[in-house]
Parts: sequence; C-alpha cells; structure tokens
Amino acid sequence: MPKLLEIEGLKTQFYTSAGTVKAVDGITYDVNAGETVAIVGESGCGKSVGAMSILRLIPDPPGKIVEGSITFQGQDLLQLTEDEMRGIRGKDIGMVFQEPMTSLNPVLTIGRQLTETLEEHMGIVGETAHARSIELLGLVGISEPDRRLVQYPHHLSGGMRQRVMIAMALACEPKLIIADEPTTALDVTIQAQILELMKDLTRRLGVALIVITHNLGVVARYADRVNVMYAGKIIESGTAHDIYHTPRHPYTLALLKSVPRMDLPRQAKLDPVEGQPPDLTRLDDGCAFRPRCRFAVKKCAQKFPPLEKIKGPHIAACWEKEKVAKSARTIPTSKTKRMRKAS
Amino acid sequence: MSTARSKPAAKRKSAAKASSAAKRKAKASAARRPGAANQPKREPLVKVRNLKMHFPVTEGVFVPKVVAHVKAVDGVSFDIMKGETLGLVGESGCGKTTTGRCILQLEDVTEGEIIYDDVNLITLNKKSMRPLRQRIQVIFQDPYSSLNPRMKIGEIISEPMMVHNTEPDQEARDKRVAELLEVCGLNPKFSDRYPHEMSGGQRQRVGIARALSVKPEFIICDEAVSALDVSIQAQVINLLEDLRDEYNLTYLFIAHDLSVVRHLCHRVAVMYLGNMVELAECDELYDNPVHPYTQALLAAVPIPDPTVEGGRKHQIIKGEIPSPINPPSGCVFHPRCPIAVDACKKNVPEFREIRPGHWAACSEI
Ligand SMILES: Nc1ncnc2c1ncn2[C@@H]1O[C@H](COP(=O)(O)OP(=O)(O)OP(=O)(O)O)[C@@H](O)[C@H]1O
Ligand SMILES: Nc1ncnc2c1ncn2[C@@H]1O[C@H](COP(=O)(O)OP(=O)(O)OP(=O)(O)O)[C@@H](O)[C@H]1O
Ligand code: SF4
Ligand code: SF4
Ligand SMILES: [Mg+2]
Ligand SMILES: [Mg+2]
Repeated sequence: MPKLLEIEGLKTQFYTSAGTVKAVDGITYDVNAGETVAIVGESGCGKSVGAMSILRLIPDPPGKIVEGSITFQGQDLLQLTEDEMRGIRGKDIGMVFQEPMTSLNPVLTIGRQLTETLEEHMGIVGETAHARSIELLGLVGISEPDRRLVQYPHHLSGGMRQRVMIAMALACEPKLIIADEPTTALDVTIQAQILELMKDLTRRLGVALIVITHNLGVVARYADRVNVMYAGKIIESGTAHDIYHTPRHPYTLALLKSVPRMDLPRQAKLDPVEGQPPDLTRLDDGCAFRPRCRFAVKKCAQKFPPLEKIKGPHIAACWEKEKVAKSARTIPTSKTKRMRKAS
Repeated sequence: MSTARSKPAAKRKSAAKASSAAKRKAKASAARRPGAANQPKREPLVKVRNLKMHFPVTEGVFVPKVVAHVKAVDGVSFDIMKGETLGLVGESGCGKTTTGRCILQLEDVTEGEIIYDDVNLITLNKKSMRPLRQRIQVIFQDPYSSLNPRMKIGEIISEPMMVHNTEPDQEARDKRVAELLEVCGLNPKFSDRYPHEMSGGQRQRVGIARALSVKPEFIICDEAVSALDVSIQAQVINLLEDLRDEYNLTYLFIAHDLSVVRHLCHRVAVMYLGNMVELAECDELYDNPVHPYTQALLAAVPIPDPTVEGGRKHQIIKGEIPSPINPPSGCVFHPRCPIAVDACKKNVPEFREIRPGHWAACSEI
C-alpha cells in the first residue's frame, strides 16, 4: 500500500543575526492512511517547524526549506505552486493548533467561518453549507449547534473553540490532520474529551493524524507510532511500545525517567538529564546530545550516529544502543505489565 | 550503569557540585517517600477556616454598580502541617491561586480565618503583617513575567533582603546571592546577567533563589514547574525537594499536573469551583479516591505507558466547568456528576472525614 505521506531528508533553516538556525535538520518519516503518528521532544527541537514545512507555512524570510521532499498522495508538495498548495491546505490536510483563538477569525461568526471553508474548498453553498455546518458541530460534540453558529469565537470556552477548530479541520474531509499541541492549553478533563473525540473521528473517518505534543501520557494513550526529536533530528522512532518499553536512545530514556508516574507510588527521586538543549546555530558534526549524555564515548564527538534499524519499525540513532538497552530496564514498570509477565 | 554515570558531561559535574550539601543528603536518604529525611510533624503551621473570597463584578463606568460576585473560593477549610508539602490541585479557575493569595494576604478576604502560627492573619494590619511576609514566600509559574527584565539577577535575588532588611550590608548580601545561586544549581557569575539572557529553567531557579533569600519557613509554589519542559521540570522538582529537606521548608504546592503532585507531596487537596472536594494522604488519594470528581480527574490523566493505557477504561466525564459567578445549586458538581441523585441539586454536601485523615464532600459516599 502506498504511504499517505513520505518525508525524505527534510531540512528547514532560519537565517538570523545570530546565525543559521538548523531547525529541522534532515528528517525522514512516513505516515500511513488512518494512522496516528506522534512527534515528541523538548521545546525548540523543531517539531512545529517540521509540521509547518509540510504545509509550506514557513515564513520566508527568515526561513527556508533547503532540502528534501514531502510526498503527499504521490505528489511532491515542495514542487507545487503556491496556488496549488492553497488547494491542499485546509482541504486534503487539515490543521489544529494549540491556541484556536489565533486561527479563528474573531470578527466572523462560527457559522460564517465554517461555511466559508466549505465554499472555498468544496463549492458547497447556501442551505447545504448551513446544514453541513450544523452536522459538523454535532460531530464534534457541540450542543445546540444552531445557536452556536451565530456566535463569535470569544463567546466560546477554550474547549469549545478547540472543538470548532476540529470541525473546521474535518469540514473538507481531509486525509491528514496535523495537530500542534491541540490540548496543551486545556484542562485535563477537557483535554481527555478532545483527544477522545479526535481519536474516535480519525478512526471512524480513516483520517491520519500527526500530533505534536510534549505530553508523554497523551502519546502513550493515542499514538500508533512515535518520532522522538532532538535538535532538529529524529533520533528514535518506533511503535509506542518500542519507545516506552525498550528505548534505545539515551534522550528517550532520559525523557521517560523525567516524568513522574501518577499510577504508581513514588519509587525514587527523578533522574533527569542535566543541562539545557543545544543552540541550533552551533551544531557540529557529532551527536548533538553529547554534552548531556551519560553514555557518550569519543566517537560521539566525531560523527553523528545514523538511524539504525533495531526491530520492525523501531530505529534509533546512537553509537551506544546496547548500553542504553541495559539501562532501560530501570524504567518504572506498571502493575499490569508485571501481572502480564506473571501470567 | 555506574560506568556510564562515571563519565558525566561537564555541565552535569558543575550542577552536581552546586547544590552539594543538599544533594548529598537527599541521595543518602534514597528518598523513597517525599522528604524521607524529615517527615512532616502533626502540628499545623497554617490553619485555613471557612475561607471565602468573592470578587465583585461591576457594571457602569462612572458609577460602578456591583451586579454579581465571582465566588472564587467559597468556604474551604484545611491545615498545612509543619514540614509538609500539601498539594492543591484542580482545573483552571477552581480557586487554587486565589487560595494562595488569600494566605499571602494579597486579597481582601471576604470571610473566614487564616491562622498562621496561632495568629489570625486577617486581623493584622499592614505593619504587623510585615515580619510574617518574610517567613512566607512565593514562587510563581511564569519565569518570564515574574522577574523584572531591567534588573540584574543579583539585584532580583537581593531585593527581598533589602525590603525586609535582613542583610543590611551590601557585601554580605552579595555573598548570600552567590551562595543562593549555587544552592539552586546556577553559576554565581549569573548575578550580572539579565533575565532575558537565561533559559526558562534557569529563570525558575532564580525565582526560587529569590524566595529563599530571606530564609522563609513556608513557600507557596504556584505552578512553579508547569511552564517547563519535562527534563528541566524534573531538575527543578529535585531542587525543590532537596531544599525542602535541607531547610525544613513547608510547601503549599499548587499545580494542575497530578503526576508531579503525587511525586512531591505528602497530602493532596482537590478543589472544584471554589470548593474543596477531597483531601487525603497522597497515596490514599491516588489509589482510593472517593469523590466522583477526583475519580474523573484521575481517570482523565493519560499515563506515560502504552501497556497501562491499553488496559484502562477511558470513561470521560461530560460537560464543561460551570461559571463561578453563578455556580450550580446544592453540590456544585451535580451537573457533571455520574452518580448524582435528586437531593444533590438542593443540599450542599458537608466536607467530612470519611476515614481517618481522608476528607471528602459528597453525600453519596
Ligand atoms: N521565525 C523564526 N525565526 C528564527 N528562528 C525560528 C523561527 N521559527 C522557529 N525558529 C527556531 O527553530 C527552532 C525550532 O522551533 P520549533 O518552533 O519547531 O520548536 P518546537 O519543537 O515546536 O518547540 P515548542 O515545543 O516550544 O513548540 C527553534 O530553535 C526556534 O527558535
Ligand atoms: N481579581 C479578580 N477579580 C475577579 N475575578 C477573579 C479575580 N481573581 C481571580 N478571579 C476569578 O476567580 C476564579 C478562580 O481563579 P484562580 O486564579 O484562583 O484559579 P486557579 O485555580 O488558580 O486557576 P488556574 O489553574 O487557571 O491558575 C476564576 O474564575 C477567576 O476568573
Ligand atoms: S551517540 Fe553518543 S552522545 Fe549521542 S546519544 Fe548515543 S552515546 Fe550519547
Ligand atoms: S454530592 Fe451528589 S452531585 Fe455531589 S459529588 Fe456527591 S453524588 Fe455527586
Ligand atoms: Mg511548537
Ligand atoms: Mg492559578
């Protein structure tokens, strides 16, 4: 089966007074139809820039996609004209961002924004558009949709605005939705509602989802596959089980050891990586995680480790994978896991 | 493992050296329980009784008329023990920050008592409150807006010492600043820098150093680690823990991240719409929550383990949080409560001790 989306060697850079920011530095991954792929990593590691590159929404200047290809449904998006790209954005690829207020138009009613999208991309107008808008709001769990259609974004709560954003993303029956921190600004019970809604809709409608988040719990609950990024590169990728139970990169391991577990009594102090993420204008040829890495050896300074296959879809970029594998056994294990082993 | 650890990066080494005493002590105690080194006493440091904070909502520009009240905090009672870290959790707008601000006497409390070390703070005037302000400090969420951008780090950390006149001598103050920076895992040279020259995690450490400068006994941490990335967040959590053990600090730890709260706190209080709905020892609250809201809240938090998540039932609570201007009648949780009965619309449930040390406000348990 052909992949829905294939990103190959993508590099996106920003030219600033401080130097060239290598925000995305050669990432390769793919997304199958209907699949949920999560992107995780520390602030500034290039998650959003990577996603914006797919949509070709990188501000130029100062930014530029300098290398790579982005093949969506067999078509290289980087070769399209701006006009052709506009036809894909919001149509075949939907978007949901962290702060819906910045993507919703404050002076247009919810109804107008929905019908506008339907008109522009689907050529649906008048009564049909109105009916479809009501249907969409119902789909995302907004009660009394006809009353909501005449309201403005500021009349709605944060959770409801995010539901409207999802309705707009779904309006044109996209094949792929890119969600950048879709629930970060929301309360935990509302976050759970929205995520459950997105999962349900993507499964039911067969829409693929790229979800960017810093919440490792969200990833564990919803992702089929996970890409871990560090300093502009994907340093580990695999199924959620690969990443959480058998990490092979020290950064992934450190991330898992940095989050306390809510389902287990406290075991020990947290064991985080010390130090700060690197300055993306000053990267050398070695492994960028080196200054913070407990496993670093001489070779790490000389050559960036290639992404190597471990098992199935699981890949990692580290010279010391075997040592990391041993250390990974110290990750807190769950009760269920222990029970399963026993049975 | 140990061979890998013996080759730490340069940065690691300096950080380890920095909070030397605190770290050594904490490591020695292995810290299975939070603050294993010094367990909290049974003696309350702060007693909050029937605290109410209603903010007036006004209309009219020239002659403002009070048309309603935001019932931000609507009658909460709890104790904070000496040496304890009490977690205060709940969703946005439930009144956590307002509760903290009332204890700090930054709000004109509507009703109730805040008894700090046998003194009711509500009855004190500004002057008699002053010495107490030194003993109670606060660390805020946003390391960006809580530090004055035009002040150097050294000046920021010295400021409370000057306000409270605890260290009148400039040289002694500078020495203390250097000491505090080290304790908080920062290079003493940072005292000449400005906030914008530091990362979020570093700024949060500056906020902690500033709070510590006047040797407080009680610190209110209001979302102190919420804005930080996980690895930086874990560094700051460990720092807060080390400092607590080293200086016998009492914390009110306000946070919406329930995992962090379980890790750091001795007891946890859950708020909903200005009311306290449950309070218990940490493990008791997480393993045996009795209030339907606490249960819903815990069920909503995704666990960073796909195996656990795969086996969990995702019962998602419906509806949104109502407005505190016109909160629901009876039990404020009744419109969203899965086990509500008719009487819940009328009767306000009493906050009562269900089991020793385990309090909850629900008539159906
Ligand atoms: N317009 C811009 N000009 C210059 N640098 C930029 C610009 N946009 C992004 N960058 C830089 O690119 C890098 C990657 O940024 P990106 O927004 O992708 O991070 P992120 O992983 O999404 O982080 P966060 O979790 O904080 O959202 C950062 O170092 C950022 O400073
Ligand atoms: N000065 C004020 N005037 C009017 N209303 C206020 C004031 N301060 C807070 N409120 C309201 O009181 C309620 C409780 O606010 P508070 O900041 O205590 O919530 P919180 O639990 O800290 O929430 P968050 O998790 O978002 O920080 C909210 O509805 C808020 O809008
Ligand atoms: S390649 Fe070397 S420095 Fe990079 S993560 Fe692996 S061990 Fe650490
Ligand atoms: S008192 Fe009634 S509405 Fe309130 S939590 Fe208990 S059962 Fe639910
Ligand atoms: Mg981002
Ligand atoms: Mg608050």
